Amino acid sequence: MSKNTVTARFRRVDVDEYDENKFVDEEDGGENQLGPDEGEVDSLIRQGNLMEALHAVLKNPPINTKNQNIKDRAEGLVLKVLSAFKSSDIEKGVQSLDRNGVDLLMKYIYKGFERPSENSSAVLLQWHEKALAAGGVGSIVRVLTARKTV
Amino acid sequence: MSLCSFGVEPLSCHAWNKDRTQIALSPNNNIVNIFEKKGKEWVKIHELTEHTERITGIDWAPESNRIVTCASDRNAYVWSLKDEVWKPTLVLVRINRAATCVKWSPLENKFALGSGARLISVCYFEEENDWWLSKHIKKPLRSTILSLDWHPNNILLAAGSADFSCRVFSAYIKDIEDKPGPTAWGTKMPFGELMLEHKDSDGCGWVHSVSFSASGDQLAWVAHSSISVADAAKGKEVTHLTTDYLPLLSVLFVGPTEIVAAGHDCCPFQYTYKGPGALEFVKKLDMPKQSSKTTTSAMQHFRNLDKKATEEDSTKLDTLHQNSITQLCIVSGDKAKVEKYSSVGLDGAMVIWEFKH
Repeated sequence: MSKNTVTARFRRVDVDEYDENKFVDEEDGGENQLGPDEGEVDSLIRQGNLMEALHAVLKNPPINTKNQNIKDRAEGLVLKVLSAFKSSDIEKGVQSLDRNGVDLLMKYIYKGFERPSENSSAVLLQWHEKALAAGGVGSIVRVLTARKTV
Repeated sequence: MSLCSFGVEPLSCHAWNKDRTQIALSPNNNIVNIFEKKGKEWVKIHELTEHTERITGIDWAPESNRIVTCASDRNAYVWSLKDEVWKPTLVLVRINRAATCVKWSPLENKFALGSGARLISVCYFEEENDWWLSKHIKKPLRSTILSLDWHPNNILLAAGSADFSCRVFSAYIKDIEDKPGPTAWGTKMPFGELMLEHKDSDGCGWVHSVSFSASGDQLAWVAHSSISVADAAKGKEVTHLTTDYLPLLSVLFVGPTEIVAAGHDCCPFQYTYKGPGALEFVKKLDMPKQSSKTTTSAMQHFRNLDKKATEEDSTKLDTLHQNSITQLCIVSGDKAKVEKYSSVGLDGAMVIWEFKH
C-alpha cells in the first residue's frame, strides 16, 4: 500500500501547464476593445431606426479582449437589437451587411445559442436562417474555427 | 469524367506511375494495392504489405520508378521493383509520432515526410552505407504537418500545418546537391531556413493542402474556410478568399492562373488567380446531370411520405463523388497545363476529370 492515499490534491494539478510543447496563442493587445457603444445602440432602438442599430451593435466587436464582462455585455446588446426586429425585416437587415458583418452576426448568433433565455432561441433561429442564406456554410465553419471569438 | 469504384472503404491516398497505366492506392488500412488498367477494368497486380498501421501517404516517382509510403506506424518505406516484385527498404525517419504525408522531390533524389511529431523529415540516400538518412526541420513548427509540396527547383518545400500556418522552408542538402541559385522566395537557403510564414490572423483553421504553381513563384493553400495564394514575384504578398462552402481538403495548380480545389463538398471547384488581390471563384467543375424523375405511383408517393416524411426516394448526392474528396493528383499534363487530374474520396471511388483551359 502506498503511503499517501489520503490526500487527493495531486489530482488537481493541471499537467498541461507544465508541458514544454504547449501551444500558446499569440496575444494581440485587446485591452482597448470595449464592445459596441451601449448608449448609441439604445438610442437608435428607441428611435426605431433598427437598421442603424444593427450596424452600430456590430461595430467594435470585443474579439481580442479577455474581459468576460465586456463580452457578455456585447452579447446582451446584440440580442436586444435582434429581438427588436420584426420578422419580415430580418432579411433586409442581413442583406445590408457585408461579408465580415455576416460572419460576425453568425458568431453572435451561436454565442446566443449557448445561453438560451426566454424567447431568444426562436429569434436567433430566424436570424440564423437568413444569415445562412447570405453567408453559406462557410460562415458557420468560420464560427467553429475562429480562435478569437466574440 | 470517368468514375471507377475501388470498393466501399475510403481511399486514403493514391499515386500514379509514369505512364498512368498503374495506380497505387490504400483502402484506409495498412496495405497498398497496385492496380493495372487492362482494357476498361482495373486489375490488382501487387499488394505491398509491410506497414503495420494505416497508410497515410503514397508517392510514386515517375522517372526512377520508386514508391515511397508512410503510415501511422511512424515508418516510411521506399519500394523498388525487382523482378516484378516490389521490395521495401526501411527509411530511418526518427519520428515518434505518426507520419502524415510524403512527397518525392522533382529530381527524385530526396523526399519530404510530414509527421505528427511537429517536424518535417527530409530523407536522402547515402551511397556509402547504402541506406536512407533523414534531416529534420523542427523550428518553428508548432503542430502536425498536414501537407507538403516541392518547388520545381528541388530545394524549397511548402508545408501546411495544424498550427494554422503555411510555411516555405529550404530543404537544401549539401551532401547530395549543388548550391541553389536565388529565387523569388529568397537568396540564402541553408537547410531549414524559413522563407515564408503566413498565419491567418483570423484563425481560418488548419492548412489542409498546399500547391506551388508551375513556375514556383506562387503558392496556393486551402484552410478550413478559405483559399489563399502567396505571390513571391510580387513581394510575397498573400491574397485571401473566404469561401462559402464546406472546408476544402486538397488544392492543385492546373495552369499559370487556374487552381482546382476540392473537399467536403464532394465536388472540385475552380478558382483563378490573376495577381495580388485577384483571387476569385470561377465555377463548380462537376456538372450534375438532371436525374430523370421516375414517375411514382400515388401509392408509392404516400408510402414515402408516411414512412420517411419525404417525397422522393433518393439519398444519392448530385455530384459524382458520394463523399468528401480527400486528394487531387495530376494525371496528364504538368502543372503549367494540366489536362486531366484525378480525385479520390471517402466513398472509395477514383474519378478522372478533364480540365478545359
